[in-house]
Amino acid sequence: MNSINALPATDLFDASTFDINKVRADFPILKLQVEGNPLVYLDNAASAQMPQQVIDRLVRYQTTQHANIHRAVHYLSELATAEYDDARRKLQRFINAGEEREVIFTSGTTEAINLVMHGYGRKFIGAGDEIIITNLEHHSNIVPWQMLAEEKGAAIRVVPINDAGELQIDAYENLFNERTKFVSLIHVSNALGTINPIKKMIAYAHSRGVPVLVDGAQAVPHMKIDVQDLDCDFYAFSGHKLCGPTGIGILYGRAALLEKMQPFKGGGDMILSVTFDKTTYNTIPYKFEAGTPPIAAAIGLGAAVDYLSAIGMEKIAAHEHALLQYATTQVSQIEDVKIIGTAQQKASVLSFVMKHIHPHDIGTLLNQEGIAVRTGHHCAQPVMQRFGLPATSRASFAFYNTMDEVDALVAGIRNVQKMFA
Amino acid sequence: MRWWQAYATCKKCLLKIMANLKALYQEVILEHNKKPRNFGVVTAATHHAAGHNPLCGDHLEITLAMQDEHIHEIAFTGESCAICKSSASMMTVAVKGKPRADAEILIQEFLEMTTGKLDLSVPENAQKLTHIGRLKIFAGVAELPTRVKCAILPWHTLHAAFASVAEISTESEFDPMHAPIGDA
Repeated sequence: MNSINALPATDLFDASTFDINKVRADFPILKLQVEGNPLVYLDNAASAQMPQQVIDRLVRYQTTQHANIHRAVHYLSELATAEYDDARRKLQRFINAGEEREVIFTSGTTEAINLVMHGYGRKFIGAGDEIIITNLEHHSNIVPWQMLAEEKGAAIRVVPINDAGELQIDAYENLFNERTKFVSLIHVSNALGTINPIKKMIAYAHSRGVPVLVDGAQAVPHMKIDVQDLDCDFYAFSGHKLCGPTGIGILYGRAALLEKMQPFKGGGDMILSVTFDKTTYNTIPYKFEAGTPPIAAAIGLGAAVDYLSAIGMEKIAAHEHALLQYATTQVSQIEDVKIIGTAQQKASVLSFVMKHIHPHDIGTLLNQEGIAVRTGHHCAQPVMQRFGLPATSRASFAFYNTMDEVDALVAGIRNVQKMFA
Repeated sequence: MRWWQAYATCKKCLLKIMANLKALYQEVILEHNKKPRNFGVVTAATHHAAGHNPLCGDHLEITLAMQDEHIHEIAFTGESCAICKSSASMMTVAVKGKPRADAEILIQEFLEMTTGKLDLSVPENAQKLTHIGRLKIFAGVAELPTRVKCAILPWHTLHAAFASVAEISTESEFDPMHAPIGDA
């Protein structure tokens, strides 16, 4: 399917095949009471909750399958290795990577981007070269490139956004010149929810001979991702936003590029042979997986994508889109509340500000009603600067959220207003 | 009689009530947020300092006119959340007209109370707070680690003004959460 317009129209959504109560029953944490109220968890863009199926998989691994991988010949080591490799194949299928060896386990999106900065950037980007990023980037896709630019004497160029929070594609194309060596783009803005037209942007970069990394941390949980269809060179995302464990993430990389790159971290498992004179590096993906990886977390992530695939990413996207539409309509009717980020194409993120009420007060008071939202700059200070705001409040929805929870948020916002009136 | 005065004779009861942040927000803090006292600038200031929390964008500036080691005039301006603003407002009320030494003790007590360095569930500890008075309503902030910086920013800024530190930030080397306070 076309990944750019990944949110199908709601009329395509057949509610009869998506049983929200059954889905919610899979998530034990959703039964929690917070401050005497049922938990309304709307901080999914920061981290999603874990279904029992993934929790059970982690327990099964630790109780019956754990040993170090790629090492010993004994039963448990072989079993753990097979399960770890199987998890890699699950992730490969999940994003439709062409080859298993193109899927590298990292600790998360941040490490995946840093891996590319060190492995590709430090080898192929030099003085006077330019790297294009966007105004929507999370700090994790800004700071590594600034570090590289400082080290190499390279420059960062930034694609501006309009008042709706959409990238200005004409300006993007105008940033290219003969010194442009790399493009690193966020797929979905964590602060505003904007879905960027990355397929088109990748095609343009390729027409100029420039490779592209996509930060997909906020995209993968909400839509079907096909890295071959997108034709990206690198795609990075995190497990814990996908109902998986923390400490695990994925870097997809085109095999030809990964092979040209230098290793990021040195150590065990990333080598073929070591003498004090010379080390021969292992083949990909192992070249980039030094040391004992988070084996349990990788296997847990494999279970998480199995879980999501069984529901269906299209159904997940459709339910979340319906939640976003309903929340947008309801919140925009509240006086003195302004939604920040009104792009045509949006994932289920609702950032807002309230007149005369600081986001941190909003967050603390909503928490009194059991409602979890994120308040602050969302690790995207340039986005806040663009809108002249110190911070926003952000509700981000997952497929296990309900329309009733949107109502609870709206009632909560009105209560905050009453308190400050 | 206000609700908090009713409990003022029993420190334990008072702390219990104070721990309820909802009450905290509904009562004195919201009132000070809406109508901050001493909001503005002292024109004939002898001391001033700016405080900034880049993580949430809170910033405030305190100006003082000192006479004979007493705080003759004090005012604050800036933009911040309700906890920061009401903390600043109540602070100016508490220290105005007081000797600097008393204000420094109050700063110390406020920081110990809100940063959890003093376990107030121990009655002897609560008795150590001899200057805190009405500001005890901020004790509940200690239960919200993410909001402590909001409450203490004005106090560190006042301390910085005394010490002639031109600008402080919650995220700089002079981090109020860790900086030594007292005779500095």
